[in-house]
Amino acid sequence: MLEIITFSTLNGVLYGMVLFMLASGLTLIFSMMGVLNFAHASFYMLGAYFGFEISRRIGFWPALIVAPILVGIVGALVERFGLRRVHKFGHVPELLFTFGLAFVIEEVVQMIWGKLPVDYRVPPSLDFTAFRLFDTTYPAYKMFMLAIAIGMFVALLVVLNKTRVGLIIQASLTHPNTVAMLGHDVPTIFMAVFGAGSALAGLAGVIAGPAFVTQPAMAALLGPILFVVIVVGGLGSLGGAFAASLLIGLVQTFAVAINGSLADIFGASAADWFGDLGTVTVAQIAPIIPYFLLVLVLIIKPTGLFGTRET
Amino acid sequence: MSAPLLQVQDLHAFYGKSHILHGVTFDIAAGEIVSMLGRNGVGRSTTIKAIMGDVPPRGSIRFRDREIGGMKPHQIARLGLGYVPENRDIFPSLTVRQNLYLGQKSTKKTGRWSMADMFKVFPRLEERADTRAGVLSGGEQQMLTMCRTLMGDPDLIMIDEPTEGLAPMMVELVGKLLSEIAGRGISILLVEQKLTIALKISHRLYVMGHGEIVFSGTPGDLAANAGVRKEWLEV
Ligand SMILES: Nc1ncnc2c1ncn2[C@@H]1O[C@H](COP(=O)(O)OP(=O)(O)OP(=O)(O)O)[C@@H](O)[C@H]1O
Ligand SMILES: [Mg+2]
Repeated sequence: MLEIITFSTLNGVLYGMVLFMLASGLTLIFSMMGVLNFAHASFYMLGAYFGFEISRRIGFWPALIVAPILVGIVGALVERFGLRRVHKFGHVPELLFTFGLAFVIEEVVQMIWGKLPVDYRVPPSLDFTAFRLFDTTYPAYKMFMLAIAIGMFVALLVVLNKTRVGLIIQASLTHPNTVAMLGHDVPTIFMAVFGAGSALAGLAGVIAGPAFVTQPAMAALLGPILFVVIVVGGLGSLGGAFAASLLIGLVQTFAVAINGSLADIFGASAADWFGDLGTVTVAQIAPIIPYFLLVLVLIIKPTGLFGTRET
Repeated sequence: MSAPLLQVQDLHAFYGKSHILHGVTFDIAAGEIVSMLGRNGVGRSTTIKAIMGDVPPRGSIRFRDREIGGMKPHQIARLGLGYVPENRDIFPSLTVRQNLYLGQKSTKKTGRWSMADMFKVFPRLEERADTRAGVLSGGEQQMLTMCRTLMGDPDLIMIDEPTEGLAPMMVELVGKLLSEIAGRGISILLVEQKLTIALKISHRLYVMGHGEIVFSGTPGDLAANAGVRKEWLEV
């Protein structure tokens, strides 16, 4: 039992931190555009595929640097030549634009790399056991992912709160006009934020690709969970996105790990109460738990855990 | 005589279909303090916003003999035009010091004003330098917005109703800062409703009514012209 708890906690925190690598960028982009970017998980997928392709040609370590930069450039171009033009026409066209973009990226990925998962593997230099606890081993690659995710979290905090650029970004999110009147080029700042947010999602893809599965459906699979994180955390709140990422990461990991049935948890009498439902395992319902949480949070606190925004 | 620092000619502005400014014409010379007076809703704020490019302008706006109509707000600000909005638009979640810091256009060039200058005029801001700006009093926020714009080292500063809703003591402080600004040779366009400060410090005044200039003259001219005051200013 202790073993399950230890490893599930590790895995849950790891999954949560990867979620946060996407949720943080999406939150910043949401604050500045006022609409959710449906294509955000697609940048994560692009990161994984770029990482795969570059790893295969020149190695994993260059890929770790180059792939996120490429994804960031794609993101910045999308903002500059796509979203900024659509913005004039209002929020709904913007939303539709990002929605369409997600499909386009998925199609392009399928055209280039095919429908089947690609063989994106953990690099040999990181393919060993980090430690053994009881009878279970923990791979070094997961520790590496955790380190990257935590490093990114710290870097984000420092940049946003301790640098001039970060302060300008914070001010632009809430008072773009005032910031512009002080002589700062707000549209360019927004393009940079969009690019940086996409690059972060790309970085998450590069490191998550070998651990999970790199396939054309990976964006569509992760996207909905990401929205749950953003909404549960409170739209536009970075602290909320962080808490919700960890919460969802842990809840989902534990749900899969416990793998008992409701009857086991609530005792035999529960079987009478729930009927057939009593024999459903927690692992079986794990995929819907995030959505259940979403509904619960929306009922109890519609602004999300940390949200202040009126919706 | 050289061209004025700011020259606005036949300025029109619209919000959607409603026509707000109907051909506003005025100018400000280098080092001059000019006030723009008028009742609520006559279009004084819209005039400044049009100059800053926040509302699309029609007509001619020349700053330092260069047409600025159609430029983006940040480009206009970088030419040396400073704007202090009427709603005390501080960045509430940032500290007082950070607010001032963001007023600077770059970290390389230092302008006429340093943070120490600001703190000398308003010791209160120094006491609260590391406090979140959102918790300052209305008067303190007004000081902060003015100082923040000054940190960007403008040659002309346009200030929209700085004394509105302030206690008399704070109004006096605002007046003191305006004199300090003028003392450094910076031009001021002061938008006001009350005559208190405007009559005291202005070289010239304009009065606006329904989107047009209806009077232009010195404080003495306005003091002597009871008709204009009655028709366009008194409530
Ligand atoms: N964003 C806006 N959309 C539509 N109409 C506006 C907008 N802002 C101002 N107006 C209208 O434009 C007119 C001029 O407004 P403006 O803010 O320039 O007035 P003002 O002279 O600054 O007066 P005050 O600041 O006392 O309200 C008013 O009739 C106002 O209702
Ligand atoms: Mg006004």
